[in-house]
Amino acid sequence: MTRVLVCVKRVPDSSGEVVLTDDGQAVDGRYAGFTISDHENCAVELGIRLADATGGSVTVLTVGPAEAVDQLRAALALGAGAAVHVQADPARLGPDDVAHEIAAVVRDHRAAGAAYDLVLLGNDASDSGDFQVPVRLGYRLGLPIVTGASTAEVTGDRVIAEADGPEGRETYSVPLPAVVSVLEGGVEPRYPTMRGRMAARKIEVETRQPTREPVGPSRVRLLLPPPAPATAEVLGEGPEAAPAVVDLFERLGVGR
Amino acid sequence: MILVLVETADGAAAEVSLETLALARALAAEGGGVPVQAVVVGEVPDPAALAEELGEHGVAEVHQATGDGVAAFGGAAWAAAVQEAREATGSVVVTAAGSVRGNEVLAHLAARLQVPMAANVTAFSGLAPFVVTRQVVGGAALEEMRLDQRPAVFTVAGHAWQAAVAPTGPATWHTFAPDVAPADLVASVVSVAEKEPDTSDSLRSARVVVGAGRGAGGPDGFAPVAELAELLGGAVGVSRVVTSLGWRPHHEQVGQTGSRITPDLYVPCGISGAIQHWAGCASSKTILAINTDPDAPMMTKATYAVVGDMHEVVPAIVAELRRRRTGVEC
Ligand SMILES: Cc1cc2nc3c(=O)[nH]c(=O)nc-3n(C[C@H](O)[C@H](O)[C@H](O)COP(=O)(O)OP(=O)(O)OC[C@H]3O[C@@H](n4cnc5c(N)ncnc54)[C@H](O)[C@@H]3O)c2cc1C
Ligand SMILES: Nc1ncnc2c1ncn2[C@@H]1O[C@H](COP(=O)(O)O)[C@@H](O)[C@H]1O
Repeated sequence: MTRVLVCVKRVPDSSGEVVLTDDGQAVDGRYAGFTISDHENCAVELGIRLADATGGSVTVLTVGPAEAVDQLRAALALGAGAAVHVQADPARLGPDDVAHEIAAVVRDHRAAGAAYDLVLLGNDASDSGDFQVPVRLGYRLGLPIVTGASTAEVTGDRVIAEADGPEGRETYSVPLPAVVSVLEGGVEPRYPTMRGRMAARKIEVETRQPTREPVGPSRVRLLLPPPAPATAEVLGEGPEAAPAVVDLFERLGVGR
Repeated sequence: MILVLVETADGAAAEVSLETLALARALAAEGGGVPVQAVVVGEVPDPAALAEELGEHGVAEVHQATGDGVAAFGGAAWAAAVQEAREATGSVVVTAAGSVRGNEVLAHLAARLQVPMAANVTAFSGLAPFVVTRQVVGGAALEEMRLDQRPAVFTVAGHAWQAAVAPTGPATWHTFAPDVAPADLVASVVSVAEKEPDTSDSLRSARVVVGAGRGAGGPDGFAPVAELAELLGGAVGVSRVVTSLGWRPHHEQVGQTGSRITPDLYVPCGISGAIQHWAGCASSKTILAINTDPDAPMMTKATYAVVGDMHEVVPAIVAELRRRRTGVEC
């Protein structure tokens, strides 16, 4: 009966062109749309599998603006059973502020008799890329932390997680409760079903306010790198370009 | 004092750690010649050789953490060791490569010391206030961030700096057995599966590299790419998407968190050219990109481009190469 909390962040979709807000403090996602990071999609998937395997439950949590409820609903549609929304402007939060707010939810729920066995997060958020909310959360809760896990299984009162390290595939075996950050690649995230979407609409999201004044992200400003000038000489299109390519190999003297 | 966490591979300093030392030296010079020191965690086969190598890269002193507490990797245990070295040296800056280990250990350190951390820094500007520039949004944007608490803790994006020698003579070597609390040992590696044979050395020294990214479409999409690489006497390199999806092994990855390649010719096929990939291939002499999207960054930044489906273009190149070769041989 593993009770899992999965933390997701509403981030601008950055697969297309990235545009900054006028004050240079955030990425403007109004045109590109919003999503959650790939690592978090895998964390949600792992959480649902762990809960299914043990007859447990998944709660999703986000710290973000009012619209971030969309990202919670998307996770509910996949099979999460409950959602918590800490309403805050993410541009004013640093990683320690986020860890502080997540920890406050974990403590309050524990005090209310609904303690989590496992908190899953992404390894790094695709917008701010801080690489530290999971670790800071672990310290705030006094729990062991495994980062960069691509798989996780619960056996008895431990979580067994695997991660790719410099010497090969590493195994961690950590007593619950624990914090694990997830790297994409170990599981294939599922797609929502119509039934899941309908069920998700009926779930009431717990809405909360931040518990402290944020310290902030120490950000001076965001910048866009200068666009690289197009310098390439086009040799051709499709398979017909092959002779021109091999001519080039010959000119460069490669492959002889 | 500037303290650099140096990672090793087969007893030598990792390339990304030497790059971090290059940035640390630049920072030290800006600060009026502050000494650069290194902390190494765990056993090393030949300390004298490593001391010499680090001395070549401007390190004055090496602090090696040894003992049971750091025998197996654990983020908290390693951070305890780095924290002890930082206290002993009174360092005002602690930095490491933006690698898996570097980002994890310094995040622990920053949490323990309750100071900010900047991940994946590419540059610094100004010492008071100390402002760093770091990659955000998958490299599509940069962030200027203030690090005004001490120690300033940050990691350096892989291949954003180039390793360079700056000999100061062999570094002095100290060992210490850090005091690792039991709680810091709970999340440690219990076993490591044997790694598949690593060919990254031949990738890094290859004169020709044929690359493949998501455009390969799946684990079966690499045969023509491998064939072209073989015909050109070169190696295969891939993007991170390819390694995270498990299509190819990690040691074939090119980029910030993979190898930095310097071939005469790089032929990226179905690779968009994200900044983290570019960091690993920008030193190629000539780049010939093959991609269905003429506006992909790789296609505009390359020297030459072929617009098209790699599944058609690469086999056609292979056939043409074979045709000309047999022509000569007959
Ligand atoms: C901290 C960090 C570190 C990273 N480190 C690395 C790293 O070391 N190395 C790395 O590579 N990435 C790294 N990345 C990831 C990087 O940001 C990109 O996501 C990645 O490089 C994209 O891989 P790709 O080009 O294969 O895929 P995509 O960006 O999806 O591009 C696929 C390309 O293939 C083209 N294409 C599709 N089908 C075909 C076809 N049939 N024929 C020809 N072309 C086709 C498309 O037009 C597109 O340009 C890192 C990211 C982060 C945040
Ligand atoms: N505002 C947020 N709300 C919920 N989870 C978050 C938030 N910010 C970060 N996280 C979690 O922490 C992970 C790492 O983020 P970061 O340390 O910012 O790179 C993310 O993948 C999320 O799982």
